[in-house]
Amino acid sequence: MQCIVRTFVKGTGMIINDFSITIATVNGAGSQTANNTLLRAIHKMGVPVSGKNIFPSNIQGLPTWFTIRVSKDGYLGRREQAEVVVAINKASILEDIQTLASGGICLYPDDLQLPISREDVTFYPMPVNELVKQSGAEARLKPYVANMVYVGTLACLLAIDLQEIESALAYHFKGKQKALELNFATAKAAYDWAQVHLVKTDPFQVERMNRTEGTFLIDGNSSAALGAVFGGVQFVAWYPITPSTSIVDHLSEFLPKLRQDAEGNASYAIIQAEDELAVIGMVVGAGWAGARAMTATSGPGLSLMTEFAGYAYFAEIPAVIWDVQRMGPSTGLPTRTAQDDILAAYTLGHGDGRHVCLIPGSVAECFEFGFTALDLAERLQTLVIVLSDLDLGLNLWPTKPFDYPEKPLDRGKVLSADDLTRLQGEWQRYADVDGDGVCYRTLPGTNHPAAAYFTRGTGHNQSAGYSERPEDWSANLARLAKKHDHARTLVPAPIVDLKDGAEIGLIAYGTSDSALQEARDLLQAGGRATSYLRLRALPLESQLAEFIKKHKRLYVVENNLDGQMRALIQLHVPSDADRIVSIAKCDGLPLTARWICEAIKAHEAKEQP
Amino acid sequence: MTTTATTPSPVVNRIGLSRAEYTGSSSTLCNGCGHYAIANVIIDAVYSLGLDPTRIAKISGIGCSSKSPAYFLGRSHSINSLHGRMPSIATGATTVNKDLIAIGVSGDGDTGSIGLGQFKHLIRRNVDMVYLIENNGVYGLTKGQLSATADLGQKQRHGGLNEIPPLDLCLEAIIAGCGFVARSFAGDPKQLQMLIKAAFSHRGTAVLNIISPCVSFNNGEGSTKSYVWGREHELPLHEINFIPLEHDQIQVDYEPGTIQDLAMHDGSIIRLKKTDQEYDPTDRMAAISLLEEERSGQLFTTGLLYINEERKTAVEREKLVDQPLVHLPSQLLRPPRLALDAVMADYL
Repeated sequence: MQCIVRTFVKGTGMIINDFSITIATVNGAGSQTANNTLLRAIHKMGVPVSGKNIFPSNIQGLPTWFTIRVSKDGYLGRREQAEVVVAINKASILEDIQTLASGGICLYPDDLQLPISREDVTFYPMPVNELVKQSGAEARLKPYVANMVYVGTLACLLAIDLQEIESALAYHFKGKQKALELNFATAKAAYDWAQVHLVKTDPFQVERMNRTEGTFLIDGNSSAALGAVFGGVQFVAWYPITPSTSIVDHLSEFLPKLRQDAEGNASYAIIQAEDELAVIGMVVGAGWAGARAMTATSGPGLSLMTEFAGYAYFAEIPAVIWDVQRMGPSTGLPTRTAQDDILAAYTLGHGDGRHVCLIPGSVAECFEFGFTALDLAERLQTLVIVLSDLDLGLNLWPTKPFDYPEKPLDRGKVLSADDLTRLQGEWQRYADVDGDGVCYRTLPGTNHPAAAYFTRGTGHNQSAGYSERPEDWSANLARLAKKHDHARTLVPAPIVDLKDGAEIGLIAYGTSDSALQEARDLLQAGGRATSYLRLRALPLESQLAEFIKKHKRLYVVENNLDGQMRALIQLHVPSDADRIVSIAKCDGLPLTARWICEAIKAHEAKEQP
Repeated sequence: MTTTATTPSPVVNRIGLSRAEYTGSSSTLCNGCGHYAIANVIIDAVYSLGLDPTRIAKISGIGCSSKSPAYFLGRSHSINSLHGRMPSIATGATTVNKDLIAIGVSGDGDTGSIGLGQFKHLIRRNVDMVYLIENNGVYGLTKGQLSATADLGQKQRHGGLNEIPPLDLCLEAIIAGCGFVARSFAGDPKQLQMLIKAAFSHRGTAVLNIISPCVSFNNGEGSTKSYVWGREHELPLHEINFIPLEHDQIQVDYEPGTIQDLAMHDGSIIRLKKTDQEYDPTDRMAAISLLEEERSGQLFTTGLLYINEERKTAVEREKLVDQPLVHLPSQLLRPPRLALDAVMADYL
């Protein structure tokens, strides 16, 4: 049995606001403006839309695909097939036509020889060269202007409001009137040409709705940066690595605007380090000195930070790492997405120890976890790793405006010189005074003779003295485990949607959420009710165990091969381990609803033939 | 030479602390270890400068040298971090709290082998700190393996002689752009104390490469890191005196032309009394030439090799607010609600 997403038969009525557009171009051809213009124009027409850039690890020359999903139902996940293809890249055009959905349409530059034809596809040529020539654009701008031809042609064929195209271009060019005029004139020329010369025989159309009012499009990395700014980040060290770099790019954009005084002096510092070993050293050094410090990296960078991660855990120093996950192992596919650092991040470092990990599932959560991570790091005096991914970090997602943080900054348990005077200098760095495993610290520079202590990664007793005594070692590790248990009560709780009578419990996290929500609808349409728990953090907590008890069959859906989260869940609820099935896939692309649905149905068929 | 000094009574220093308030816990280093001698010189230097120990941050990596911050300045915060990673910790800590007086303690393995990259990048950034290298040419805690500063021909632990030429960490520092480079000897506490005092006054990274004999693994005959070699071969470039701004000027009469005064940015003075050697520590090429000559001749010149305070420090480049970042109140860290509304409006 197949999961039927939709069927198309040529000429049978219109398909409104429910299709995907893939723009197949050459990397470095400047198509981003054109693609984001289409995306924003459709969004402004009130139609839910999302965009995914599937790009190569290359600056210029290799094929790249941008997919716009138009979904009246608000589904944001990836689909395997597009109904509309703009085939501009000679190198990929054969594959682009072959993979087009039956009943779909293909737009192509009229000077490009079509390698094959398909009976079930409508082909529309576009006079790209002619219109670019007419635009009068200077040579260096021609490739950009050329992209406006497909914008205008698509606008005509799909009934995208030309005024929204103009507004979107105006938004993009931010007051650069000449650029706006040149680009819009070409889009308009293409629109006009299409109206005269093309006969529309396909069913795809965009129609105004009111489902996007008050929302906007933003990527996860911008959202994360903004969240950190509103979380009072004071220190950022970093080393360039795809796909995390734009977090720091956006920090470098937001911080000067939002965190400088009247004289232009900064309440933050950003340092590009020589490598990730130095990055994490600087972050830990800043955290030790009492600053809210963070970095952004991806798999290989995270690997280099391993030794310091264990140090921060054991010496109890606040630090935040944003890991925007990409495909590993090794260099892997640097520009493709995955959820594959779950186990590595949770247990990063040698010896015993586990880290608090936050897993945002939306751009709004990227913003929220931007400040939550800094709060938790200081509250728990430990390393907090935020596990985003390329799909969330780099692609545009619709969202409501972010909520201003309600709680004040949580600076954790820090003793000032006055506190020490009140305590008559009596304190111990690693004494569990409050019974939650979190001890009090002092910051370097605290002006009190009893303030200083010796921070070390070697064995230590309660007063931070060097100790090799077995009792000291085990007491310390036991307290750290207790602190980790305390963290379970502080991390963002899972989002649970229980369906009455559902025997199936679905568990997912991060960006898999978008495909999973759609998969639930598909399963429901096929008569299978499901409950859903979306994890938002590690360590795992009690709601998960309750959810597992409530359901007969459990599926953990994730974008890696090994079923990494499933393994952690099995350890969390060992008595239920054999009921927990892994629905895991990793091919560099975000999961699709159809694949999830089919994989679950295949398992269900085994369970209940 | 006559000296008239009006220094305060030796019982307490200018901020009213006794020397005992600058000591640390008792040493677990080997008897006679050069590192312990250096720890005592640090105590003397900081005590006599009258620095507030609560403002000092001691930062180290891994190794015998890196353990030694436990044995001095017990009232100062200390972080014993990872092997070769002291520079990155120092960079982070000093950036967010520019009021800290940072002293890094490292060894030849920690700096010259595993940490060479961070060492050079710290200098390139010109992080404002005193950077001590306690150089004994071997890994002591793992029982005597050779480091990157081991002598050519130094005996290896499991037979054979070292055939790889050593790195000269002073030369590495100068080439990386360091503005204060000195070499000294754990067996010459008088000179070392003056150099450490001067280093605290330097604006930027001050590197002191101190030959610090390892009595357990590298103090034998012929070792250029031994006490005997050091005492027999040390060639001081000058007699060095450090005159802090806060103290009354020491009045000394010198023969004309024998004195070079180096005015530090904070108003203190490094006074060099020339020896037979003609040497100007403000001449970078002269410093490089001297060190190149030494490499071939296995000479042991000590003193202030190079000084230049012109380069901006890491913190100065950041254009930070006056108050150290760690002291900023929450309202200066979290922008107001209206600021978020404005950003959101830009996206809508």
